[in-house]
Amino acid sequence: MVAVSSMDVATSSEFVQLLTPEGQRLENPEYPLEITPEEVRALYRDLALVRRFDVEATALQRQGELGIWAQLLGQEAAQIGSGRALAPGDMVFPTYREHGVAWCRGIPPEKLLELFRGVNFGGWDPGRHNFSLYTIVIGAQTLHATGYAMGMQRDGAEDAVIVYFGDGASSEGDVNEAFIFAASYNAPVVFFLQNNQWAISVPEERQSRIPLFQRAHGFGFPGVRVDGNDVLACLAVTRKALQHAREGQGPFLIEAFTYRMGAHTTSDDPTRYRLASELETWKLRDPIERVKAYLSRGGFADSSFFDSVESEGDELAARVRAACLSMPEPKPIDIFDQPYAGGSPLVDEERATFEHYQAGFAEEGGR
Amino acid sequence: MAGVAIARALNMGLRKALEADSKVIIMGEDVGKLGGVFRVTDGLQKDFGEDRVMDTPLAESGIIGTAIGLAMRGYRPVCEIQFDGFVFPAYDQIVNQLAKLHYRSQGLVKMPVVVRIPFGGGIGAVEHHSESPEALFAHVAGLKVVACSNAADAYTMVQQAVASDDPVVFFEPKRRYWERAEFDANAPLADAVPLHAARVVRPGRDITVLTYGPMVKTALDAAKVAAEEGHELEVVDVRSLTPIDWDTICDSVRRTGRCVTVHEAQVFLGVGAELAARVTERCFYSLEAPVLRVGGYATPYPPSRMEEHFLPDLDRVLEAVDRSLAY
Repeated sequence: MVAVSSMDVATSSEFVQLLTPEGQRLENPEYPLEITPEEVRALYRDLALVRRFDVEATALQRQGELGIWAQLLGQEAAQIGSGRALAPGDMVFPTYREHGVAWCRGIPPEKLLELFRGVNFGGWDPGRHNFSLYTIVIGAQTLHATGYAMGMQRDGAEDAVIVYFGDGASSEGDVNEAFIFAASYNAPVVFFLQNNQWAISVPEERQSRIPLFQRAHGFGFPGVRVDGNDVLACLAVTRKALQHAREGQGPFLIEAFTYRMGAHTTSDDPTRYRLASELETWKLRDPIERVKAYLSRGGFADSSFFDSVESEGDELAARVRAACLSMPEPKPIDIFDQPYAGGSPLVDEERATFEHYQAGFAEEGGR
Repeated sequence: MAGVAIARALNMGLRKALEADSKVIIMGEDVGKLGGVFRVTDGLQKDFGEDRVMDTPLAESGIIGTAIGLAMRGYRPVCEIQFDGFVFPAYDQIVNQLAKLHYRSQGLVKMPVVVRIPFGGGIGAVEHHSESPEALFAHVAGLKVVACSNAADAYTMVQQAVASDDPVVFFEPKRRYWERAEFDANAPLADAVPLHAARVVRPGRDITVLTYGPMVKTALDAAKVAAEEGHELEVVDVRSLTPIDWDTICDSVRRTGRCVTVHEAQVFLGVGAELAARVTERCFYSLEAPVLRVGGYATPYPPSRMEEHFLPDLDRVLEAVDRSLAY
């Protein structure tokens, strides 16, 4: 066994970065980005609000209001940068951690909690938001995305699909089959790989001997690694990849190199498998701090701006918390809702039996 | 021999479905120029083009997974799995995604996808080409599962499956693909027996034989022999394994008082087990004998030189009939 480490991001020449961790703006001729201070402020607001929401959701889980929560902490730039690159007609296929992309698609954050509280499997209309339901099975959605893109091709649509997955998912057969189908049919799909370096406890080295973006070349389409903690680079690269797909040039793989600063989920304990020093290193590359530094240093925002975003975040958190606590409990009979579009006599019969059974308790004055 | 073979009837049904709705697409391995290894899609790519009759890369999970995405986009994919034993790479997509998306989305996402699977043995094939995995799908909530046994049903049922807004796993009796029957291809589909209805294919007063797919012919052959011995078998083609048409089945068993189930899949935890349990629950006071089950053994499907001893045949059916009548 040869352990190949590809993780030295600082020395990677194929790492697109437009904003350094210190907040210094860089240019990249391949990925030009013209952006106004106002637009950067808007991105900062997105990043900060999504993080604040994530913190609140984590707290709600700790207080027993959610069964589990999958934190996005550390991945805000990858999600906001790519999410803000999308056009309204583009379709998104998320994993279960794309809270930032959901934000960009206009899904009220409190709707994301419904799945994690256990009242449903996703409380939004995928068609209305062009944002598919969260997919728990790792990598399965990459095939759905590819099929959806094949449908767009048949419709002659000028839109594209973006699908999110992680470094762990890159080992799944479905992801590799999705690459093959997308390449074979030249489907307009952008594969957005958030390499947060940890598949629960297993480091990225166990998944791949080569940097993951290089896999694309073997499948016959372009792949690029971007600084996943750089919202500007993620925005510019995703825009270009989507344009590439829309223009009929086929699939594109983006590896957003980032870091899962939190646990895999609230059920996980990262202290069992990684060093605290690693987290400290990545805190220095925080996706939000560098935007703040850029805005402050350039005189594009003052403390009143940052204060107002902070209080907006607190308001959002309060709203989300209130929505969570007042979320209606599903009725037991809802178990039987909608397993089939065309109905099922078996389910109808079981529903009737269940109703009768429940009614028996009511008559006894119980339940 | 007159009539249309099952494979041809399926072809005609698929052609009708492609004509009826431009959103219907066929996808699978070798379904294009070759027309499928059993020629079920013969000529369809030529007439409907490569966008609607798609040769896919050789990856079953990829076929079903992309079909799900196409269905989300408003298409109605009909996927061919080349052989029963090759469906398992797609099992995750079928069980976790295809079957659950309507429920997961509270009815907002429909999955009108058909998964066609040639199933069963008796063709002298190598390993993995003779399986009967229907119970593994019938057990999954969210799927509908059917099996056709003759050309007339094949023609209508495949069209009904394509028209269904639910995912349908459609089992085709591969060893009967070339059995012929006459039917009226111009009869309105609306007049056909509903997709999920069972059908009495031979009336009889003494015992009910519940079966489906390739075993329907075996049961009918057994009924002929039994008739010569003075026993009238009522053969019911169950046709739909999820949901099951209990009214037709129980009506028959209440009349005959006896019931035997027959399928190629192993008896243990097979569809026959569910048939036996429910028939016992619902027809208990009409039964003169326990429901008996005929099927494959609890072994992997054997090498083909031995398969005739593995597969239920006329004698195995009659032996069970005799045991039932002896109670």
